[in-house]
Formats: sequence, structure tokens, C-alpha cells
Amino acid sequence: MSAALNVRNVAAALFVAVLALVPIYSATTGNAFPLTLFTRIVIEALAATSLNLILGYGGMVSFGHAAYLGIGGYAIGILAHHGIYSGFVQWPVALIASALIALVIGALCLRTRGVYFIMITLAFAQMIYYVAAGLDQYGGDDGLTIYRRSQFAGLIDLSDRNKFYYLCLALLLASLYVTWRLVNSRFGMVIAGSRSNDRRMRAIGFPTYRYRLAAFVIAGTLGGLAGALLANNTDFVSPAMMHWTRSGDLIVMVVFGGMGSLFGPLIGAIALLALEYLLSRVTEYWQIILGPLLLLVVLYGRGGIAGLLARADRG
Amino acid sequence: MAEALLAVDCLTKRFGGILASDELSLDVCEGELHALIGPNGAGKTTLLGELAGELVADSGRIRFAGRDITALPVWRRTALGLARSFQVTSLFLDFTALDNVALAVQAHAGHSFRFWRPARDQRELRAPARTALERVGLGARADLLASRLSHGEQRQLEIAMALATAPRLMLLDEPMAGMGLEETVRMVALLRELKREFTILMVEHDMDAVFALADRITVLVYGRVIASGSPAAIRANAAVRQAYLGDAEGPVPDG
Repeated sequence: MSAALNVRNVAAALFVAVLALVPIYSATTGNAFPLTLFTRIVIEALAATSLNLILGYGGMVSFGHAAYLGIGGYAIGILAHHGIYSGFVQWPVALIASALIALVIGALCLRTRGVYFIMITLAFAQMIYYVAAGLDQYGGDDGLTIYRRSQFAGLIDLSDRNKFYYLCLALLLASLYVTWRLVNSRFGMVIAGSRSNDRRMRAIGFPTYRYRLAAFVIAGTLGGLAGALLANNTDFVSPAMMHWTRSGDLIVMVVFGGMGSLFGPLIGAIALLALEYLLSRVTEYWQIILGPLLLLVVLYGRGGIAGLLARADRG
Repeated sequence: MAEALLAVDCLTKRFGGILASDELSLDVCEGELHALIGPNGAGKTTLLGELAGELVADSGRIRFAGRDITALPVWRRTALGLARSFQVTSLFLDFTALDNVALAVQAHAGHSFRFWRPARDQRELRAPARTALERVGLGARADLLASRLSHGEQRQLEIAMALATAPRLMLLDEPMAGMGLEETVRMVALLRELKREFTILMVEHDMDAVFALADRITVLVYGRVIASGSPAAIRANAAVRQAYLGDAEGPVPDG
């Protein structure tokens, strides 16, 4: 399919343009809030994009994806706690740690299917959650304050809110590009084929387990990256960032935006966080409104918001 | 005597109290179309499952192309040149017909830890896939989603996927299942074409098709081989006629 001027691509380009302009808007209006909100949105979108790789494209409903955000975040927090602020140390550690843990969790979970897979990924995430809560030397339940953001030897100052935002945005766009390459590559065909009909994949000669595991590890690593950003954004890590409801939020973003569509998780993150912001000004019980909205999208907007846009293309 | 391409020796498989394969021995020679027939529940699909590697036999040996494959997983057997089509159509329904076949080609084109180049632009995958589709008569339907194809076309697609991997032995599980008369005629013509090039082990209920195509027929009843031989020999075999509910005319056509 060519990159024609259709509703979907225009919408995507528009989103990216709007995202790029947020710091300028905040600077000219003197209102920092949009920048704060959108920094969070972009980081959450990165996390949701990583989940989309396995959930949307690979059909692996991981209900424990927030664990990798937590691991990425804690890697930053714990190293900072010990006085290691160099991003060149912190970030590779965050990525490698989340990759290794995704490897172990994935190796076990991917032997199961369906509801069992959902439950066992949840169980592992809960385990990590409680381990973090039990780390008394690192704040236990209360979490760990990070006093200095990751240092990149003068290359980029993460304390500069604009620069930090653009770093997050660049990483999001890079991960979207990587995802796009991945899902269209031979590897991506195997992942999608395995979602579609795993038995048949094995019958035509694919050892699907190792490919699914590789996708799981890639997703976990990207989740760890989102966690590293999140820790730097809030200057704080706590077990709450891997609570199961956070994993649920990520699934909601992916489903809301459109499973297995490239920009779906970004749209989902914007929709969810914007709705959260707008609705919580109307009522404290904003989830009462969000719930039915989500139901409507799932029931009537197959493929989420991105799916609705795709249908607009076909007229 | 040269060793058969596929040699099954004393295969036994039990599901609870039922013997699905009962000391089953069978061989398929290079170049033949070997048909496997028998009443429902005779263990034909079980045998194909054991041959493909989806089911593990309780005892017995399977040798393929001179190698013992009894303990190999499905994908390794496929890599050795065993291709299987399913009785119940098993496709990637949300993929196009061409993507379905290209995936089968890809399965035999080295590992797939290739993360960057778009697979749909790779001639080495698309060209053989297109050839296989044209071979089974689906050339014009290549870009349709598999779910949009008619039942008969989906069966043809199954064959194309098996074909695309240039297998040494094709295991076809009821290729005519659920087909109308016209579709069956087309499938028989296709198989007649393919048997000149491929060794085929085929399970089939359509006796006209079986007797029209097979070089050799093996009859399975309750997991046991009760007869094996040329179509003429099978047609004349009293035990075979008995097996088909004692119906002397039965599904075994005369002439």
C-alpha cells in the first residue's frame, strides 16, 4: 500500500505536527500545563507502542507490561540512589535489565495461551511489584526520589523541560519507525502469522516460540525505555508505576487507539489522558464516563479510533 | 531395494481406551501417490498428525528420506521436506492469498530473524509464491484476503502453500472435503498434474477421486492396515468391502 494522502496519514502527520508544537505553545502562552500533560502522553504512548507490538501485532495479551516500565524506572532510581547519574550507564542498565526480565518472563509465559497467558503475565508483574514494595533500602512502598536526572555529559540537559520533551518525542517517533520496520519485515510476518494461526505456522515450518519470545523481549526493552523516561520525568519511582491497573491502562490505550495499527497507541494515549484530564474536571468519578466510552469504541469502533479513521478512508 | 521415502514401522497411538494407530506399518515410495482410505474413525487423520509431528506416537518409528524423524518437532520435519495440508481448512484468514503462500516460502528460506527489509517487497518470497498460486489456479485471486475466498479456493490455497515449499512429500488431508462437483473435478485435475512431480500421501473419502489418482491404496480400519496395494487389488479385496459396513458395492466403485 502506498503512502497516499488518505485520512489516516493526514491525521498521523497532523498529530506529529501538533506534538512538535506543544513546547512552543506553552512558551508563548506562558502556560506550562500542556507541556506537562503532553510529556506524560508521549511517554505513555511509547509504552503503549511497545505493548502494541506484542498485543496488537502478535496477539499476546500481556497484562503485566507495566512491570517493564517499573524495571526501567527502578534501574534509573537505584543507580541514582548510589550516586551513579551518568545516563550512559543508567540507560543501558535500564534497557538490559528489562530485556533480561522480559526474556525470563516471556520464556515461561509463552508456553501458555489465551487466558492463562494473561493471568501468568499478570502474576509475574505482581511479583515484581511486591519485590519493589519490599525494597526497604530503596523506599519500599513509598518509592524513591531521584535528585538528579540522568546526565549525558553535556550532550542534552534533561532538566530542560523543552529538551526533555523533544527527547521523549524523538524516542517515540523512533520507536514507531522501528515498529513499522519490524512488523513489515520477515520477523513481523512470523509474529502476525502466529497471531493469526499458530498451529499452521508450525505446520509450515516455523518454530514460532522463539520468534514470539524475541518480540516479547523487544517489547519489554522498549517498555524499559519508557520507564527510564518516566523516572526522569517525575524524578521519582515507586511500586505504583507497576501496579496492575497501570498495565490495564496500557492495554486500554492500545485497544482504544486501535490494536495492531501503528499510530493507534499514540492516539489511545492522547485520548485516554486527555479524557482523564477533561473528565476529572467535571467529576471526581470520571471513570464512570470513561468506561462506557471505552465500551462504545470496542463494540462499535472495531480497530479502535485508528480503525474508525481507516473506515473514513474507504468512505 | 531402495528404501522408501517414508517408512512407518509399527506405530501405536492410544487415546484413552481407543487405539488410533495399532502397530501400523506403511511405506510411501518416491514418486507415488499413495491414498489412505478407511471408514470414519479409522485413524487416518491421527496418522497424518503423527507423520507431521503434531501428535507423538506411543511407540513405533517413522523414517523419512533415510532419517529417523520419530522425535522431531513439526517445524523440523517441515524443514526436511514434509508439507501438510489440513482437513479443516487452516489458513491465515486475515492475510491475502499471496501472503499466505509467501509465508510458506519464507518458512523454507532460512531463519526469519530479519527485522528490517519489508517482506512484501522481497522477490525471492513473492515470485515463488505467485508461481504456486498460479499453479493451483488462484493467480487472479492473489491479493484477496484468504477469508474472502470460496471454500474450494481455500482448499486450493492449502495446496499452494504445501506446494510452495517444494516438498519431498505432501501430506494431503482430504483435499476434496466439502467441495462441490465442479470444484472436485478441478482438484482432481490439479492433483493429477502434481503427482507427476511430487510424492503424495493423501487421505480422501471421495472414492472416485482416490481410484482415479492413486498408484497405491492403503486401507485403515480401527488404526490397523487391513490391506495395501494397487487400486485393482484393493477393489478386489473382500476384507476391504467388508470394512465398509459390509456393503458389497460400498464406496468402492467398479470399473
